[in-house]
Amino acid sequence: MQRFEIRFLRPQFGAGVAAQNRARQQADSFDYRCYIEWRGFWLTPTPNSVAFDESTLVTRAQAGEQEAFATLVREYSRKIYRVAKNITQNDEDAEDVLQETFLKAYEHLPGFQGNSKFYTWIVRIAVNESLMKLRKRKGNRFVSLDEPIETGEEEVKREIAVWEDNPEQRYSHEEMQTILDEAVDGLKPDFRTVFTLRDIEELSTEDTAEALGISVPAVKSRLLRARLALRERLTRQFKRKGEDLLGYL
Amino acid sequence: MVTCKQFLQELNDYLDPNVDAEIKGHLAAHVNQCPNCFVIVDTTLKTLQVYKGMQPQAIPEGVESRLWKAIERKMADRPKS
Repeated sequence: MQRFEIRFLRPQFGAGVAAQNRARQQADSFDYRCYIEWRGFWLTPTPNSVAFDESTLVTRAQAGEQEAFATLVREYSRKIYRVAKNITQNDEDAEDVLQETFLKAYEHLPGFQGNSKFYTWIVRIAVNESLMKLRKRKGNRFVSLDEPIETGEEEVKREIAVWEDNPEQRYSHEEMQTILDEAVDGLKPDFRTVFTLRDIEELSTEDTAEALGISVPAVKSRLLRARLALRERLTRQFKRKGEDLLGYL
Repeated sequence: MVTCKQFLQELNDYLDPNVDAEIKGHLAAHVNQCPNCFVIVDTTLKTLQVYKGMQPQAIPEGVESRLWKAIERKMADRPKS
C-alpha cells in the first residue's frame, strides 16, 4: 500500500449536503488525525490548513449552487454559534440565532452585494438576531448599542497582580472554558458584543463597527472597557499566590 | 509626562501592532517607569492570549442536525441550479 499524506481532503461538491456533513462529522470525530484510504492513497484531513476562497463560494452560492452555500455554513457555523452564545448567554436562543442567521443569509444571498465580507455580513445578521433575543428576554430594558455609554472614569480600583505561569496548564480545557465564559458573561451586553467580535472572532475595528452599526470610536471605547474588565476578573482567578496587592490608579 | 489614567485610555493603541512605534513612544516611556501599568499591560496581553487560544467548541449534535434540516427545507423551496 502506497502511503501519501496531503494537508486536506474536502468532500466533493455534489456529494449532497447530508453526505458532506457526515464526512465532516467523521473527520471531527477523529480529530483530523485519521487516515482515509482513497484510490490507493492514505489521506489525512486537516481542514484548518486549507485556503478558503470565500468570495468564489459566495458567487457560486448566489448562482444557486447549494453545496457552495453548505460549505459556507460548515465553515462559519461554529463561529456564528459562538457569537450567538456569547451575546445571548442562552442555549436555546443561540440555536435559534444560528438557524435564523443562515436561513436569512440564504434567503437574501441574491441581494448580497459583496460590499463587505460574507462573514461580516452574516455576523451582522447574527448580532441583530441575538440582540433581538436579548431584548425579548429582558423586556426591552436592554440598552441599545446606538445609545451612548458612560466611558468616563474617576478613581477606579484596579487589581494589580502578576499572574501565575501558564494558567492554561493548571486547568482542564473545560475548566478554562468555564472561567473564560463566566468572565465574558459578566460583561454588559455592549461590551461583550464588541469584545466577542474584535478579540474572539478577530474582526477588524472597522468591520466590527460596520457589523454593529456603531462608530469606530465607540468600538474602541467599548473594547477598552471590556478588555480591562476581563483582565480584572481573570487576574482574580489567575494571580500568583501571595500577589494580592491592590493598586489605585 | 503621561499619567497612569492617560496611559490606560491609550492602552488599546499601545497593544495595537498596527499603531506606529513613534506614536507609542511616550506610552512605552510610561510603562518602563510604572510597575503597575507594566503589570496591567502584561496581564491584558495574557487575557487576550487565553481568549484567542480557545477554539470554537463543536456545536451540540442535536443543534447541528436541526440546523441542517432547516437549511435543507429552505433549499428545497428554491430550485437547485
